[in-house]
Order: sequence, then C-alpha cells, then structure tokens
Amino acid sequence: MKTLNLGRRHLLGAGAALAATTLAGCAGMSTGPSIGRVVVVGGGYGGATTARYLKLWGGNVDVTLVERNAQFISCPISNLVLGGYKQMSDITRGYDGLKAVGVKVVQGEVSAIDAAGKKVRLAGGSELPYDRLVLAPGIDFMADEVGGLAPALNSGRVLHAWKAGPQTVALRQQIEAMPDGGVFAMFIPKAPYRCPPGPYERACVVASYLKTAKPKSKVLVLDGNPEITSKKGLFEKAFKDRYSGMLEYRPNAELKELAGGVAKLEFEDVKADVLNVIPPQRAGDLARSAGLLNMNNRWVGVNWLTMESTAAPGVHVIGDATFPAPLMPKSGHMANQHAKVAAAAIIQLLKGEAVNATPVVMNTCYSFVTNREAMHVASVHQYDAADKTFKTVPGSGGVSAAANQIEARYALSWAENIWADSLAL
Amino acid sequence: MPTVLRRCAAIIGLVGMAGLAQAQDAHLARNLAATCANCHGTNGHARGDMKPLAGVAADKIIAMLADYKSGNQPATIMHQISKGYTDEQIKLVAAFFAAQPASK
Repeated sequence: MKTLNLGRRHLLGAGAALAATTLAGCAGMSTGPSIGRVVVVGGGYGGATTARYLKLWGGNVDVTLVERNAQFISCPISNLVLGGYKQMSDITRGYDGLKAVGVKVVQGEVSAIDAAGKKVRLAGGSELPYDRLVLAPGIDFMADEVGGLAPALNSGRVLHAWKAGPQTVALRQQIEAMPDGGVFAMFIPKAPYRCPPGPYERACVVASYLKTAKPKSKVLVLDGNPEITSKKGLFEKAFKDRYSGMLEYRPNAELKELAGGVAKLEFEDVKADVLNVIPPQRAGDLARSAGLLNMNNRWVGVNWLTMESTAAPGVHVIGDATFPAPLMPKSGHMANQHAKVAAAAIIQLLKGEAVNATPVVMNTCYSFVTNREAMHVASVHQYDAADKTFKTVPGSGGVSAAANQIEARYALSWAENIWADSLAL
Repeated sequence: MPTVLRRCAAIIGLVGMAGLAQAQDAHLARNLAATCANCHGTNGHARGDMKPLAGVAADKIIAMLADYKSGNQPATIMHQISKGYTDEQIKLVAAFFAAQPASK
C-alpha cells in the first residue's frame, strides 16, 4: 500500500508537471524563451509545410523561410492551366498565412551556405544564423545532357513548364497559338523525375483541349522510358479510349539533340509546332552548391528519421531533392509529408529529446485525363528500423479502378486542403 | 475496501499506461494524424468535398476505417490507404482527431 501511495503521489506530481508543461507550452507560443532558430530555404510544398509545422508543433521556435518568389504557384493542377480549364490565379497562393502564424518570410536568393559557421548568406549580403537548417530546393535541370537543349530553353523557344509559373503561362500561349492540324510534341525524361504521372496527365489534358478547339491536331508523346512510369494501365486506356487517332505514345524515345527546331531521336527527327521538353532532373542547385549530392552525384541521401542529409548532419533536406526510399514518388504530397517528419524531429533535436523512431508517410497523386475526370495512385510508407528506410505496406495503396468524375472533385479538394495545410491558409 | 481496491486498480492501470507511453514517441498520435492532413485538413479541419475528422468520435473513426479495410464500405481510395496503417496506429489517429474541436 505504501508503494502504491508513493506511486499515486508521483502520478499526481507527474499530472501537475504535465499541466504546467501544457500551460508553459501555450504561453511559450508568444512569450517564452526561444528553443532555437531554424532557417528554411525554399517555399514550395516541402519548405512551406516545414515552416508551418515548426510553428504549429514547436511553439516558440524562430522560423525564417527564404523563398525567391513572391507567391506560391502549384505544379499540381498546373496541367489544367495548360488545357485552359484553370487560370494561374487558381493555382497561386500567398505566404500571408505563414506570416500570420509567426513565420518570418524573406523574399530572396541564398548565395552561400556556411554549414560550419551555421549561417546562410543571402544575395543582398545579409546573413541568417541558424541552429538547424532545412533545404527544400526542389529540382533543377540537367539540360547539358541533351545537345542544344540549354540554348533552346534559354531562348524561350522550347519550354519545360515543369516548374509552375511563367513557363506555364508561356506554354499555354504556344498551345493556343498552334494551328488546327498542328503537332504538340512532348518529351519525357528517364525516371526518376518530379511527379511520375505528370507528363501523361499533361498529354491527356492538352489532347482534351485540342480535341475540342483544334480537332485536326496531334499530340506526340515521346517517352525516354521503356513504358509509362505511373498508372500505366489507366493512362493506356485513356490514350486509347479518349484520344485514339489524335494522341500517339512512343516508348524508348529518348531525346538526343535539339537542332534548328528539330528534335533528334536515335533513329528519326521530329518536327512539331510546339516542342515541350521535360529535361532530365537532379536535386536543386542549392543542394548541389552545398555539396550534398552524395547519391549518383544527382540526389541527396537522407536519414529518414530526421530528414538530415547524410552528407551534412544538421542540414535537413526534404522533398524532390532527396534520393527516395523504395517506391517513394517525387511529389508535392510527399514533400509535405517529409516536412512533417523533419519538423517533428527538429523540435525534438532542439529540445535534446529522442526523435520519433516509427515515422509514417503516405502519398496520393491525382491525375486528370479530361477536364472532368481524374484517377489516383496512393501509397503508405512505414519506417523499417532494420533497413533504415521507408517501405510501402504490402497490400496497401493502389490506383483507381477507372478514371471518374468523383475523383476529379476530390483532386481539386485535395489541392485546396494541401495548400491550406502547407501554407497555413 | 472495495473503493480502495478500485482506486488501486485504477492507479496500476495508469502506471501501466505511463510505462507504455514511454516506449513510444509522446507525439506519435499527432504525427500519424498529420499524415491525413493533406486531404482531411490540418488537425482534421477539412475543406471542400473531403470529410472533416476533427471532433468526430474515436469509435466512429475506428469503425469507418475498419469497414474500409475489410471492404464493407466501398471507397474510391480509403480502402487502399487504410490498409497501410496498423490497428494500433488507427486507434491513436482516431483519439487525436476526436480530441480536436469540431470544424465550424
């Protein structure tokens, strides 16, 4: 009985301590001492979510988000802008929500990272000291892998539109200016690249627009991969059932060179009214200049419990820039999930606590096949302590039975919800 | 005596739970629930056509997910996603959402 009484006193004490912690936690949101300074570079899906969740879960953490653009423009849903079914304003959101929850948002360019001195230098010359650094640099292009591609992209004659923004607007203009009977040719790089189903969705949405507006036109899909890399059966069905005679899909059609407006493949030349080249990709320039590309000289290896770079502990890297776990896609959804693992771990590391040993991430990518019908691919990834990586759960995940109108509504709701979740809207 | 016994039993139960809680991350439920937020909103406050989960009774969430897992409840996607989470994880997620203030 004595032991139990002692236990009870301890429990009461623990309860009181818990209550005190909770109160202190609430008070700490605005007044208590800061637990540390975190600088997040990159305000896309991953970076924005990290900043938001550091404030949501961390209370009094000093969070600075550095982003070069004034506004967030979503790659997901941007193919609908190419089809004329959505406007840029539909996929553009601001950073005011993050500012309102206490994130310091700095519009600027990072010129250097001093990992030893724990500070980030901005192009203007100012410095941001940090205790923990998060890099969400997304992808950049390896344009030099294709002869003539870099000058063609620089001139604006050939567009990628694989980062939403001015490129999206310009490609839409090229599609609108295309004559009826013209050819829209798109090139897909070898995997891995950002958004596996994105190119096939783009082919469908552009074909959907052309079918109505310029029905004599042709969509030529030239894929560097041996087959469709995501939702294969569903896209094959969409190509055949909806765009037969208009859309031609060719596997193993890697772009070798661009010369004088002609796209050269191994055995043939392709001429088109619109040439949309999605270039081969690697982790963003920021990760490369920081010396973090330790996987195939292309991607950043990470510790999945903390999202810290395996090349530079203390520097967390999330999203498309990472060398993925098995079957983990490079997607905005996944970047948002990486961000939550990183935010939880950073708060615990700043407090000197153990990090979560059993994180889970999941992914959902919706693809439109017309302006009114969409389909999904979903996966759930649990951390495997033995292999120190995320693994998909056997029997879970999958794709839609068929493209359908209900999932087109869900796809747009998904966007509203993830934008609100990432940007604190 | 019965009162004392009941109290003892309650205390032993609490101590047992505290022991379990130490074995896992204190924020595990919160972290797991955050994996749902991309569609179901931050802390379950969903927008648009998605189902809000904030303030929904834990038993209801657990039953819904069990029905998705078993196939008793047809779905576009949740039958595939629910199978990625263990029953223990689903209980934690359900308790977290149940404790959130309901969406307005």
